[in-house]
Amino acid sequence: MTGPRPYLRPAKTAWWAHPPYLAYTLREATGVAVAGYALVLLAGLINLASGEEAYDAWLNFLKSPWSLALHLLFLIAMIGHVWTWFQIMPKTMPRLVIGGRVLPQNWITAAGLAVAMAAFVIILLVAEWMQP
Amino acid sequence: MPPDAAAGAASREIAIGVLRYRCETDQRPVWQAYRVPFTDDMSVLQGLQYIKDRLDGTLSFRWSCRMAICGSCGMMIGAVPKLACMTFLRDYHPGPLTVEPLEHFPIERDLVVTLSGFIKKLESIYPYLIPSTQRRLDEGEYLQTPSQLARYETFSDCINCMLCYAACPQFGENPDFIGPGAMALLQRYNGDSRDAARAKRMELVHTDNGAWSCTAVGYCSEVCPKQVDPANAVNQNKTKSALDFFVRFLGQPAHSRTGASDGGPP
Amino acid sequence: MKRSVAPVFWLLFGAGGMLSAFTGPALVLITGLAVPTGIGVSPSFMSFARATAFAQDPLGKLVLFGVIALFLWHGAERIYLTLRDMRAGGRLALMCICYGSASALTFVTVGTLMIIGF
Repeated sequence: MTGPRPYLRPAKTAWWAHPPYLAYTLREATGVAVAGYALVLLAGLINLASGEEAYDAWLNFLKSPWSLALHLLFLIAMIGHVWTWFQIMPKTMPRLVIGGRVLPQNWITAAGLAVAMAAFVIILLVAEWMQP
Repeated sequence: MPPDAAAGAASREIAIGVLRYRCETDQRPVWQAYRVPFTDDMSVLQGLQYIKDRLDGTLSFRWSCRMAICGSCGMMIGAVPKLACMTFLRDYHPGPLTVEPLEHFPIERDLVVTLSGFIKKLESIYPYLIPSTQRRLDEGEYLQTPSQLARYETFSDCINCMLCYAACPQFGENPDFIGPGAMALLQRYNGDSRDAARAKRMELVHTDNGAWSCTAVGYCSEVCPKQVDPANAVNQNKTKSALDFFVRFLGQPAHSRTGASDGGPP
Repeated sequence: MKRSVAPVFWLLFGAGGMLSAFTGPALVLITGLAVPTGIGVSPSFMSFARATAFAQDPLGKLVLFGVIALFLWHGAERIYLTLRDMRAGGRLALMCICYGSASALTFVTVGTLMIIGF
């Protein structure tokens, strides 16, 4: 039963900018870096299709301080993405019951981070091995 | 024990600001300040009871068990959704401590919010076991192993305190979102090996007001006083809903799809 | 009851998120920092000849398409939801902007890979 005149408080419009939601907004912002990096790669791909001169111009852009700073930001954001990704990942899985006990979510997080770190090392090793 | 000034006992005081609203006199909520003497063992609930008993009998708030099991005394304490009975005044001394009604809900009066929307959501998810075939009494009980119980047990711990709804910004943006508490109850049944009505409940999950209003903020699970982990209830159903979105085109009728991840055979 | 269309974008977001979680830091480090500065990897790692050979190889095309498209779709979903949180626009408008851009850029990626040929 509701009273004669319930009061609905107006919604806080910038809730996403303040704690405790700011951490969530920053987590989502790492997606901008993921997309941003993909755009840099796409630009490179388009330049590659346009010929050697265009592609070399893209390679020169990558050497510029702006690009290096940008990629450093991308790297920091990517690491933030990896860290927060495996925090949320267990939430999207049903409770895993092994031997009558529920598998703790932070074990799943730890396993995910371990695989991500292994993948990081493996890709770097493959790149070294693929050297001209 | 509430400190008694007449006994001459030295006691500390805390400033408490309560957001009041009385529809017969107020156009909008107003803050009212109180000074409450307290001892280290006093909860915020006891502080409110002191106010009501000694300072201002018009203050309205819900409470019952005072031991964090009935779910009645949920409110915003220091702008965080908490149960008043398990939050202590000593942690906010000297104050001012702000006490407001639960966020995102209409205010009935003072710290009392309108519950009816939440109750309707709980009712809407078929909150009872629907076995595939009813067992007769002579057939005995439905048997369940500890492993089968473990799959859904924490979701059955929900005390309907609605702190998770106060925490959820997507519920704040969309009051029709079924919300973390109702989804926890839904998963409590979908995850129960004795139940066979998963498909019926999934129909609610598949909608925009079902699992898909959630953006995995995760604050609901942080504020839950019973470690129910409603974020897990909602987000595991995103996975199920997403897989079902494509699997349904493989031509299996909905009622025969139960999914092994939901606790095993009905 | 009306089903949401969100699962399509959520699965793309998830695939892109998983791929970028495993490969993102390494790729950014290699292509954006190591190769341009020549530290750790030779600068000719991404020379025109090598890049063309990679992009012409069917497996190379798959890798380039997978990384670019899935990373874009991951970002698009996160940007879409964040803009909704910020109430930057109506639901349909934001869907068109975010998913529309990702779709267009996906086509551009495919088209460019086709132009590079085999």
